[in-house]
Amino acid sequence: MADLETIELVKDIDVDKYKYGFETDIESELAPKGLSEDIVRYISAKKNEPQWMLDWRLEAFRVWQNMEEPTWAKVSYPKIDFQDLHYYAAPKSTPAPKSLDEVDPKLLETYAKLGIPLKEQEILAGVRKQGEKSELDGESGGEYASGKVAVDAVFDSVSVVTTFKDELKKHGVIFCSISEALREHPELVKQHLGSVVPQGDNFYAALNAAVFSDGSFVYVPPGVRCPMELSTYFRMNAKNTGQFERTLIIADKGSYVSYLEGCTAPTRDESQLHAAVVELIALEDAEIKYSTVQNWYPGDAEGKGGIYNFVTKRGDCRGAHSKISWTQVETGSAITWKYPSCILRGDHSRGEFYSIAISNGRQQVDSGTKMIHLGKNTSSRIISKGIAAGRSDNTYRGLVSAHRKALNARNFTQCDSLLIGDKCGAHTVPYIESKTSTAQFEHEATTSKISDDQMFYCMSRGLSEEEAVALIVNGFVRDVLQQLPMEFMAETQKLIGISLEGSVG
Amino acid sequence: MLEINNLHVKLEDESREILKGLTLSVKPGEVHAIMGPNGSGKSTLSYVLSGREGYEVTEGSVTFKGEDLLALEPDQRAAKGVFLAFQYPIEIPGVATMQFLKVALNAQRKARGQKEMSAPDFMRHVKDRAARLNVSQDMLRRPVNVGFSGGEKKRAEILQMAVLEPSLCVLDETDSGLDIDALRVVAEGVNALRSPDRAMIVITHYQRLLDYIVPDKVHVLSDGKIVRTGGKELALELEEKGYADYVVKAA
Repeated sequence: MADLETIELVKDIDVDKYKYGFETDIESELAPKGLSEDIVRYISAKKNEPQWMLDWRLEAFRVWQNMEEPTWAKVSYPKIDFQDLHYYAAPKSTPAPKSLDEVDPKLLETYAKLGIPLKEQEILAGVRKQGEKSELDGESGGEYASGKVAVDAVFDSVSVVTTFKDELKKHGVIFCSISEALREHPELVKQHLGSVVPQGDNFYAALNAAVFSDGSFVYVPPGVRCPMELSTYFRMNAKNTGQFERTLIIADKGSYVSYLEGCTAPTRDESQLHAAVVELIALEDAEIKYSTVQNWYPGDAEGKGGIYNFVTKRGDCRGAHSKISWTQVETGSAITWKYPSCILRGDHSRGEFYSIAISNGRQQVDSGTKMIHLGKNTSSRIISKGIAAGRSDNTYRGLVSAHRKALNARNFTQCDSLLIGDKCGAHTVPYIESKTSTAQFEHEATTSKISDDQMFYCMSRGLSEEEAVALIVNGFVRDVLQQLPMEFMAETQKLIGISLEGSVG
Repeated sequence: MLEINNLHVKLEDESREILKGLTLSVKPGEVHAIMGPNGSGKSTLSYVLSGREGYEVTEGSVTFKGEDLLALEPDQRAAKGVFLAFQYPIEIPGVATMQFLKVALNAQRKARGQKEMSAPDFMRHVKDRAARLNVSQDMLRRPVNVGFSGGEKKRAEILQMAVLEPSLCVLDETDSGLDIDALRVVAEGVNALRSPDRAMIVITHYQRLLDYIVPDKVHVLSDGKIVRTGGKELALELEEKGYADYVVKAA
């Protein structure tokens, strides 16, 4: 069914295939261009942060000043002028909306246009009753019978609204913007911020630590299974602005949370910088499932414009028997530099990484994961599906390592690449380091092309060229697709079709 | 229904001709068998009819229901009712057979300006056809042709044919690799599709298949041309004497 929708959508596409490229005409408050201690102070003051937070930022800024931009990834782009950017942009009309009613209608409209459900009221009003099944729920069923998704909407540098906060509160779950968390739960933020990705971890993480403006914060108390899917939707709108969000998720003992982030940006000729940090902490017996559907503007077919996406995501399986699972669908951005990782510190902890990375046009993707086995009997699993079309370059880069105390560490890695056409590239760069003889690491890799035989076979059954590509690619990524929350599977299948539009012929 | 007139075909990147003036006329309801030695151009004919890339028609014409078939893309030909049962069906990993059938059927229906078939109607549409061909639910859930045995692949091809209900069926060596029981099941499936408004071209090297799918006409294809046409008894004669009389002698 979903494939038919894919086909439908692919067919309806006009010349501009990126349908999220519109710009919202909304006045924003911008920090002056450039980066200095003053700008760091400006951002911190805008957010009424405590002194310790400002000090933390300034420390990061000083570290960053002495760092070099990393060059080891297989991506090339013109040098970024970090002084030519705005580091803070906020829609003017929204000082601090308490509820959906107070949110600027223009913003709500923007999110509606993006298909993001900021519609708590509708659900409360019974438009879609609680527990009602959507047709997309399918046979495997969603993780959450309620079909509800709580959304934190981040517009440029600020969170504009978070839905379902009250209902989550009843379960003890804290879900809010990180700015609000700093005000309301400073002790939790202070304890955990930077504990997984320290300020000086890498060039972009340090930059983020200095200037991050907003992002989401989640805390799930011991033994609580978060009653609904949590989601953050990032939208970059203002020109010449970088987006630097920071997300912190803490799953206390025996808790469970599933979280999804999505992102889009307007079509622009100039490139924009996005450098986010995500930190996940899973204590004993806790489980975090983190899914991303990344659809930043990829630039045009000739490589003009598009987002530079330099992201540091890391999860710490701090407690025994904890589990962190990353699922990512990367279709956007001109440049993707992203390695969601797991530190398997707790004994018997488990890390997973499922990835679909699609590149078309002139996109460059260098993405993968790191699985750092520290505890005993830890296990990890990596399934990566890279699809390269057009003149794009698609690299899987991954590290699996076992500390000498990581007895019986186990990893299974499977990297499959699919090439469409003969002007693109797929590369697999696995690093494996084991300091214990008890580790068992398996690595499998394949590279294939969509064969003329497959295309002809599908077409001889009535599928058009683009329908055939969408079908074959959806088949290729099936294992990973199944890891996504049900609500987003169909959407993702469509996205795959759209991303590959124009990849044949 | 199908008029092939003086068809000359070569591979795009070679100068050697494969079909050298083939003429064939097939009416609705008829079953034509095309037999011939290896390399006579049998598979080329099936590919040219279904629109595979890599072949160049240098002379002649093919009209299907009065329309120039060669001007159409493979998917357009499919929507108009041309179906090729592949000699070597292609694997599509990760795509369930059931899903493939549905996407294909609805793509064709849409191209013909018909409404897509609803999920329950589609299930019914597939169910009894699958049962007749001994295709289990499990097989329908498995990815298209992946890990299928030779017999399963051929049954799946005929199932696709039964579901898509084409008006011209081209069967390319559907008997190859089948044991006698599998051959019987496949042949019964094909026979069930015989109807006054549907034509079939059965391409085969061996007479064996024609015991089960009894043709109206048998043609001998040799060196790119039809060199002899007869009734079903011609197949028996070929079985007995072989193709020796028709193979071009090496100089």
